[in-house]
Order: sequence, then C-alpha cells, then structure tokens
Amino acid sequence: MRARSLVLAVVSGSALALLAWSALAPVESASRAQIFEIPHGTWARRMSGDKVDILPDHIRLTLGIRDILVLRNHDAVPQIFGPTLMMPGQSLRLPFEQAAVYTFSCTAHASGQMIISVQPYPGTPWAKIGWRAHELGWRLRLLSAHIWYRYRF
Amino acid sequence: MARRALVTAALSLLLAGASAAGATPAFKAGTFDPPRLAPDFSLPGSDGHELRLDRFRGKVVLLAFGYSSCTEVCPVTLATFAAARRKLGAAAADVQVVYVTVDPQRDVPERLKKFLGSFDKTFIGGTGTEAQLAAVRKEYGVTAKRIPYGDSYTYSHSSFTYLIDRGGRIRALMPYGHSPDDYVNDLTILLGE
Repeated sequence: MRARSLVLAVVSGSALALLAWSALAPVESASRAQIFEIPHGTWARRMSGDKVDILPDHIRLTLGIRDILVLRNHDAVPQIFGPTLMMPGQSLRLPFEQAAVYTFSCTAHASGQMIISVQPYPGTPWAKIGWRAHELGWRLRLLSAHIWYRYRF
Repeated sequence: MARRALVTAALSLLLAGASAAGATPAFKAGTFDPPRLAPDFSLPGSDGHELRLDRFRGKVVLLAFGYSSCTEVCPVTLATFAAARRKLGAAAADVQVVYVTVDPQRDVPERLKKFLGSFDKTFIGGTGTEAQLAAVRKEYGVTAKRIPYGDSYTYSHSSFTYLIDRGGRIRALMPYGHSPDDYVNDLTILLGE
C-alpha cells in the first residue's frame, strides 16, 4: 500500500514538474529556419505516376522561434513555390514577421497547394504548453513519415 | 550622373553605418540564392512605349501582377509602393514600379495609365493579349484565375512583388501585406549595391 502511494506520488510529482517546465521554461530553438528540400528526381517520379508528398500541405511556423521558411530545389527541373519559379539548385529564404495564414500554390506538392500558418510567439504559460505539445506531435509525425519513407523506398 | 553618385554615396553611408552598429542589413522579403536573371518581356506599356525590363537596367524594379478592377490586393500594394517611394526621397528616382495586368480585356494602356497615375505618375503598366500575358506569368510562376461574379468577373491572382536589382536579377520576393518601411529597407539595400 505504502509502495503504491509512493509510486503514485512520484508519477504525480513528475507530471506536475513536466507541466510546470512546459508552462514556464523559455521557448527557444537552435535555428529560426524551417528547411524543406525538394529531392532530386521528384518531378520524374511524379511524371511516372508516383504519388509524391515530400512537402507537407500545412507548415506551421512560430514568430521568434522558427519563423524563416527555407526551401531548396535539388531537383533537375524548375519547381514552382508560391508564385515563383525556382531553378534547379536554387533556394528561397522567406522570413515571416506577421502572424497570419498564407496560402501558396506549389507544384512540388501533390495537392498543388501549401498553407503556411504563422503563429504568434507563445508568451503565456498555456501558449507554451500548447506550442510544446504541437512540437512533440509534429516531431512524432515526422519520425513516422521518415520510417514509412525508408521502408517504402 | 552626379545626383545618382550622391544618392548612391548616401545610401552606402547609411548601410555602412548600420553595419558598423552591428546590424547587418537584412531583407524583409524572401531572398533567392543564387538569384536568376529576370525573364524579359515585350508588352504595350501604359506610357505609350514598349514595356521591357531592360529599359530599366541600372534601376531597381518592383514587379507586380494584378488588375485595375481589383478592390482588395492591388490598391493596397500600389499605395504601399507609392508610400515607399515618397519615403525614399531623391533615391526613389532609381526605383521603377512595373505592374503587369492579368486582365487584358479591361486593362488597355489608357486605363492602366489612369489607374496607376492615381497612385504615382511614375508607375508603368503592361498589358497585351491573353496569350502574351499568360506567357509572362508562366515565366514568373504567377497564377491568375478568372472568377465569374454576377454579370462581370474578378481574378484570383498572385500577390507577391518581385524585387529586381540594378543588374536585372530577381533578388527577392515580398509577400503581400508588408509595410512601406519594409520596402524602404529592402530597396535601400538594393540601391546601395
């Protein structure tokens, strides 16, 4: 009984400590850039009928943490990103300073569209918890996509 | 010639001051690496002359696409260009706004001239046939979709602005909604080169 209470207290204490850290610790990132790369052969694969989803259809950026979108075209052909044509080997570095939702047409994406949602800096404890929860979910999705891609190709 | 040298010197001093203060001048717009030469075109201009980008080699060009009946994006963008030019003062003489219509049916040169002149008399518009304008849009990856609206129509079109340097290279791409100060920042960098 005493051991069970002890375990419960440790678990509850850890959860509270994690919640407190999530709510109060400063939110920061090693780099402000969110980088996406169009791999070589993307166009050829799409032309051969392969469904290619290299870029997510929804990119979320956060002001002050990760608010610079970097897109690099490693393909052998020009690709459209937003309104512009990117040459092979060319990159676009697009900083955002206003929280808003931006919609781009994008031939590098199978759906032909990309939405960039720029969120304000998470200044309040609740916003910090929300940002960290989203970040964790995003990284898990990225990991599962990476594993899927590795086994698929 | 002497005036241009003076303006360039003043801009260089401004940039040098910023650098000395530890602030590396950074673009507010999206930047390309490496930049590519802006595809040229030949369209009837609102100033009565052939509109080609190489006419403005040596100047910094703001290139935007839109149409004079646009009630949302274009008036804001053009008013922002005009405000930025006013803020630049004498240096604005080396900045040329080029506005290519996506609506050739309504935007004949005379109409474009009147529309653009209401923002700034120096702005130059370009029009042409549907095929000519579609070819220009394709070169720049610009989209324009005609949408029926009652007995008339509107357009959904790309709202970015291209910043083309004195050498005719596409250096940056400014998303819609940036302030005149952001344009002044980026134009100052390009004018100082």
